[in-house]
Amino acid sequence: MNYFYLPLERWTNTFVNGWLVPNVGKFFDAISEGIGWFIGLVTDLLLFLPPELIAVAIILIAWKFAGKGVALFAFIGLLYLGSANIWDEAMQTLSIVVVATVFSIIAGLPIGILCAKSRTADRIVRPILDFMQTLPSFVYLIPAILLFGLGGVPAVIATFIFATPPAVRMTNLGIRQVPTDVIEVAQAFGCTQMQLLLKVQLPLAVPSIMAGINQTIMLSLSMAVVASMIGAPGLGSLVLSGISSVNVGKGLVGGLGIVVLAIILDRITQSLGKKNNLK
Amino acid sequence: MDKIEVKNVIKIFGHNPKEGLKRLNNGESKDKIFEETGLTVGVNQASFSIKEGEFFVIMGLSGSGKSTLIRLLNRLIEPTDGEIYIDGEDITKMDKHHLINIRRKKLGMVFQNFALLPHRTILSNVEFGLEIQGIPKEEREKSARKSIEDVGLKGYEESYPRQLSGGMQQRVGLARALANNSDILLMDEAFSALDPLIRKEMQDELISLQDRLKKTVVFITHDLDEALKLGDRIAIMKDGNIVQIGTPEEILKNPANDYVSNFIEKVDRLKILVASNIMKKPDIVATWKDGPLMAVRKMKEAGISSIFVVDKERKLKGLLTIDDAIEAAKKDQWVEEVLQQGFHTTSPDTPLSDLIAIAADTKYPIAVTEGEKLLGIIVRVSILSGLVLGKEQGGVDS
Repeated sequence: MNYFYLPLERWTNTFVNGWLVPNVGKFFDAISEGIGWFIGLVTDLLLFLPPELIAVAIILIAWKFAGKGVALFAFIGLLYLGSANIWDEAMQTLSIVVVATVFSIIAGLPIGILCAKSRTADRIVRPILDFMQTLPSFVYLIPAILLFGLGGVPAVIATFIFATPPAVRMTNLGIRQVPTDVIEVAQAFGCTQMQLLLKVQLPLAVPSIMAGINQTIMLSLSMAVVASMIGAPGLGSLVLSGISSVNVGKGLVGGLGIVVLAIILDRITQSLGKKNNLK
Repeated sequence: MDKIEVKNVIKIFGHNPKEGLKRLNNGESKDKIFEETGLTVGVNQASFSIKEGEFFVIMGLSGSGKSTLIRLLNRLIEPTDGEIYIDGEDITKMDKHHLINIRRKKLGMVFQNFALLPHRTILSNVEFGLEIQGIPKEEREKSARKSIEDVGLKGYEESYPRQLSGGMQQRVGLARALANNSDILLMDEAFSALDPLIRKEMQDELISLQDRLKKTVVFITHDLDEALKLGDRIAIMKDGNIVQIGTPEEILKNPANDYVSNFIEKVDRLKILVASNIMKKPDIVATWKDGPLMAVRKMKEAGISSIFVVDKERKLKGLLTIDDAIEAAKKDQWVEEVLQQGFHTTSPDTPLSDLIAIAADTKYPIAVTEGEKLLGIIVRVSILSGLVLGKEQGGVDS
């Protein structure tokens, strides 16, 4: 099949090393600094506050939105994080998840809205999302390291790339699913496009959007181990060092911590979507 | 000046409506255009005008283009050709901004499936039209509360749509359209999704609301009875064409073509219905052995002022009025002379048209007899309701 040779490897390297890094490096440095600052802020806050305070807050939120059962689970789970001596790691992971999710929402919602409103945008964005979700994350970890260095920043970038698609897709879907007769009502009463979006389409799309955000958070957590490979601190690095030293116990301790965070975050965000639906 | 004036409005669905328009102007038929180009002519050269305060009904079967036509009136669907004047302004030429203004101020709309906003309370749903106009909270709430009261939903302001029955939800839909205080009300099969009893109730309420508010109403329906009941004038549509426009009487009397006459056949009841179709079962009769006091009691119970008296074989002996019965009871004279004989009898197969003449010159009910046996009673109300409702309902209540 090799009728001709495609020098994709050489082209890419020439492009990234020869042009992208020297020319746009400054720009990426600025981004890196910004994201790094944000991660630092969230991490510092989570590590500065006493664990008891954070735990009580999480349990209360779980109680209010997701019920007693989830609150009880949160209590046991958070107690585990403390007792297993992995609280700080959990907060580091949480802060990367929080920062990546914030970026995913900031980018995902408007793009999702755009896709719902414009067929052309939808056609362009759809394959890009497929690409983002299926391309093995290691592939973009390499340029991420080149451009952003090691640590939390490339981890957030990689997580962002992997976790944004569901936010876009579910926002798009939610808006498209708004019944046509309700749209007709809004138009018949003289809504502008903006009013239609803000007063009718987005409120009715909330359950779907919340499901998308829930997915985004779950995917972010699933990136924790991968992120640790490029130097992001947290529960993932526990698992990673467990793997490299064939320490089953260490791997399990870190892994369970990720599961605890995942279940608490999942149940709370899911119930937020349902609450809105019922209203 | 007419409130709404529609001139040669055409709507063609499909990718190249210009082509369809050209062919339509060349006199090609709708079917031929569809076969050769795949274009669907939704509304074909519709022209009519509606006066201020008029209740205008557009009726047709599904696929006749009636729902398309009403959406052309506020440009929810863009017309392909033609002019639509509202208060003398051609809305087909308007820019977006101006059109939105017209929709806000002049056109209220009620939809078949209610289409309430599920995340808002009833009050907030009704406020919706005013809210998007940027009217201050206090003012729009006042107006919304008033129209909620107008449609009889006071007390449900804080409920959510899913907590209400279909009939109540459509009242909210109506209140939402009324709250805007627009002169024109577009109603797209507004009552079609409701069950018959609720539908009748809503029709009656709409009539009384209309008496008070005097809106210009454009009402879409596929139900001829509904059209006849509500409409000042009716336009009948078929395959995208308006085949006849007229008052209910004009349409019943002179149907423009076979399509219309087929449609109204079932209401041409003068010829079809006979006495036995509309008569009441003679449940409330007095028997001769009852005596005058018992007869008075029966009349009182039924709320009538005269009663037919039969013997054991249900043979008709005569009519007893309440005055005569009281008189007889006082004097304790229970003789056949007390009974009136000045009422009309008729056979069960007398057509409705003949009964109208009889009913016109008697104040008593008409007795339907076979031989001498009493089969049923016809009161004037039965004749009128028979005319309007047909045999199914005509005989049931009086």
